[in-house]
Amino acid sequence: MAASEQEILEGLAEIVNEETGLDQGDVQLDKSFTEDLDIDSLSMMTIVVNAEEKFGVRIPDEEVKNLKTVGDAVSFIQKSQG
Amino acid sequence: MLLEGKKLLVTGVLMDSSIAFHVARLAQEQGAEVVLTSFGRTMKITSTIAKRLPQTPPVVELDVSNSEDLDALAERVREHVPHLDGVVHSIGFAPQGAFNFMEAGWEDVSTAVQISAFSLQALAKASLPLMGPGGSIVGLTFDARYAWPVYDWMGVAKAAFEATNRYLARDLGPQGIRCNLVSAGPIRTTAAKSIPGFERFEEEWESRAPLGWDINDPVGAAKACVALLSDWFPATSGEIVHVDGGFHAMGV
Repeated sequence: MAASEQEILEGLAEIVNEETGLDQGDVQLDKSFTEDLDIDSLSMMTIVVNAEEKFGVRIPDEEVKNLKTVGDAVSFIQKSQG
Repeated sequence: MLLEGKKLLVTGVLMDSSIAFHVARLAQEQGAEVVLTSFGRTMKITSTIAKRLPQTPPVVELDVSNSEDLDALAERVREHVPHLDGVVHSIGFAPQGAFNFMEAGWEDVSTAVQISAFSLQALAKASLPLMGPGGSIVGLTFDARYAWPVYDWMGVAKAAFEATNRYLARDLGPQGIRCNLVSAGPIRTTAAKSIPGFERFEEEWESRAPLGWDINDPVGAAKACVALLSDWFPATSGEIVHVDGGFHAMGV
């Protein structure tokens, strides 16, 4: 069953927390992965791969560079779940 | 099956676009038991991606520039398999500075040579206690006979890598162990995408290779690795097999 925006955000926040130690509450839709959350490319890869597993979607490499904010990632995952 | 009962160590599985991922996948499909290596922060990615293989293999820690990891490799692998029939080297790295030929300094160049060329000897040596006659080591190169756009000191490191392959063939041959390389055309892996200007290879390759070339298809290179790991190249060592759509044989 497809997850809601809120469920995806929470799931993503868990993954980000696990990878970076950032507080889950800091992971909000308008936050930029690189500028606000200070996530580097390797952490981003880890987050993407874990999000793929968690939500059962594929996030192609070409797409990852378009995911600037947490909100971008959440809506891409939501769209991919159909 | 081509690799029935064989036990393999496969380095360099990062994403499922990695050539090594497809080597591991095809090897398992051909009956092999696979152990992966990864290191540092990439361990987590490799461990997650490993679950996408037909059977989830164990992942052991190996940083080829760390002598403690190299010394411990045989022991770490032995926790999962009693010996090795084959080893896949799919490791390379050059700092960004190494991709500017005339400006690069020795520090960047030496890192490129250590991680991308010397590591073949280091990996072979570390695996040797687990290997015996019939063993096969396979690495991945990018044709180092030519000067390429943007490849720069990585190209020089690959030349050293190809020479290392020949010396390993010399020194391991008496023990019945083969060492060969697959020279693949450009494939859009994570490693390739980290090379600035990589796209300059792409169109040229597609148009010049008589068989054509798909930069998104790592399977041809992976199949060649599996073939070299198998018993079907029993008398081949120090060789470089081109899997490049025939590009290397064309003048124009």
